[in-house]
Amino acid sequence: MTLDEVLASLFPSGHQVERGPSGTLHGTAKIDGQGDVTVVGIVGGTPLGVDGAILLAGHVLAAVEAGGRAPIVVLVDTASQNMARRDELLGLNEYLAHLAKSLALASAHGHRIVSVLFGHAAAGAFIAAALSSQSLVALPGAEPSVMDLPSISRVTKLPLEQLKELAKTTPIFAPGIEPLFAIGAVTETWTADQPFASRLAALLRQPVATSDLRDGIGLERKGRLLAHKIAERVAAEAAAHA
Amino acid sequence: MSNLLQPHEADWYEASARERVAGLLDPKSFVEFVGPEQRAMSPHLAQFDLTGAFDDGIVVGRGRLDRQEVFVAAQEGRFMGGAFGEVHGAKLLGLLRAARDGAGRGGPRAVLLLLDTGGVRLQEANAGELAISEIINAIAQVRSAGIPVLGLVGGRAGAFGGGGIITACCSRIVVSEHARVSVSGPEVIETNKGVEEFDSKDRALVWRVCGARTRYLTGGADCYVKGSIQDFREAAIALIAHAPPFELATLNAEQQRLAERLERFGDCRDAPEIWRKAGLPQPERIAEITDDAFLAIQRPTGADHDAR
Amino acid sequence: MEQFQVRGTAKKRAGGHRHQAITGVNTSGNLEILVERVLPDRECLVDVTTAVTGFRAIWEAVIQEFFERSSPGGLRFSINDGGARPDTVTLRLMQSARLMETEA
Repeated sequence: MTLDEVLASLFPSGHQVERGPSGTLHGTAKIDGQGDVTVVGIVGGTPLGVDGAILLAGHVLAAVEAGGRAPIVVLVDTASQNMARRDELLGLNEYLAHLAKSLALASAHGHRIVSVLFGHAAAGAFIAAALSSQSLVALPGAEPSVMDLPSISRVTKLPLEQLKELAKTTPIFAPGIEPLFAIGAVTETWTADQPFASRLAALLRQPVATSDLRDGIGLERKGRLLAHKIAERVAAEAAAHA
Repeated sequence: MSNLLQPHEADWYEASARERVAGLLDPKSFVEFVGPEQRAMSPHLAQFDLTGAFDDGIVVGRGRLDRQEVFVAAQEGRFMGGAFGEVHGAKLLGLLRAARDGAGRGGPRAVLLLLDTGGVRLQEANAGELAISEIINAIAQVRSAGIPVLGLVGGRAGAFGGGGIITACCSRIVVSEHARVSVSGPEVIETNKGVEEFDSKDRALVWRVCGARTRYLTGGADCYVKGSIQDFREAAIALIAHAPPFELATLNAEQQRLAERLERFGDCRDAPEIWRKAGLPQPERIAEITDDAFLAIQRPTGADHDAR
Repeated sequence: MEQFQVRGTAKKRAGGHRHQAITGVNTSGNLEILVERVLPDRECLVDVTTAVTGFRAIWEAVIQEFFERSSPGGLRFSINDGGARPDTVTLRLMQSARLMETEA
């Protein structure tokens, strides 16, 4: 889907979303029954670097500053983090963390946040832009990944064909919507025949969670059988020793 | 590790995760959660014909730091590069949640993260990546509950990828000379953008771009220590009392500080250019001077801050 | 990857009162050993998981010699091996048995 198609299908009641520098997006949109929502995004397949991250974080913090707890929708069609000497020299880790923290702060202030992935997102950009929300929606054409299979093959020294076979039996490493849905990273997958606007409105009506739900979801969906239980065991032993 | 040294005198870089914990905390105060005898290991390695670790490469528990109760997590950087897998990540997540839930009810005074990681464990890429996101979220919640989270980096693996992002989510950060903190690894940049962009075999370049001295001088780390476990201990004790709260004012200050850094240094390609613009003496030599000489340098304005 | 057990008998109970100890790291050329005092006084056992196949006979020889020299009665040793040389294995086994004599 193109950005314009995504915007039209998510916000049929209208939006004032504009492209900014470094592939960023910013504006507001109307959601039936919800009023105005803040929209931010990283689009055009633009890698997420220091310049884009600081702009997006600024928009998120402005939304928190404004008060009112308006929901925030994060549109994502990026690549990986920007792979550049300049960005690392300037502390890219701090800029990506700042974006993630800003979204966490907004959530703590009662803003319901939904990320909508309609293109690529990988590695550090996936973490900062797509995974830093309580809910992640995958639209048709979404291609989430940690790392591509050929690179995983190179690093793990397992032949690509063998990796592909393995990927059929476990969702724990392969790119794509299905495995990331199974482990709890992707909250919902929407198909083209569905009304995105009403699905978005329904998602936004859900309460802001006070604790991350994704490890429990991963267990329910059987994609991550251990994460939730191990986290619970550690917490239980910590409480027992208190 | 030499038998002749006390645990806290040993070198951080050479020490194992367990040795770091033992030397960092008050003697004999450490109690481990879900320890190795429970054999909470990765179920995902055998299909890659890989052997595991009884603690999946991370030690978590509680202890005392200068008589104050703290929670600790220490990554073993030599096991699979200290990388995050499903179990590894879940242990840290559980520890953070316990800290959050214990706040104000006898919970810890701080959480210490002894980070030593190359990022996501590729054999468990999706689980590792999601765990990192869950951990980032949990760190924000721990900090919101008023508990500082300290990042301590100085091991073989550094803090790369999601580990670099986690580092910058901490309230305060301690680094030693060996530390590198970055998102993309040098080899990945070289593979993707060419050797002109980043010669990953140029160790001096790696340290100028991602290393502890650059992070400290730009405000990406708060304390630069020489390499003993005792040095990290003293820095951690001092920093607990100076952790910024996780609130809008702090993040607004962080926004300003990071924006200013881009304005001042955004066209620099290497660390000495930054030092020259910042007016530091002998910019070309900063990477080579001794730790004592380095610590005597006054940091550029903005590096000493109370944001993050 | 190989997994196997090597059992033995010891002339005496391993010294000390510690219930468990852990040493080493599973990394290239090294190994991790978890020791637990869970067996009858004259029995000893090593559970080996190793990344390198085909050396079982050498493992058994090294381990039996360790049982003979150190008499680690009552101890179960569990190993995650990253391809350590036999002398490193011996060293780590002896270190781990000695750790059981120290205070926890």
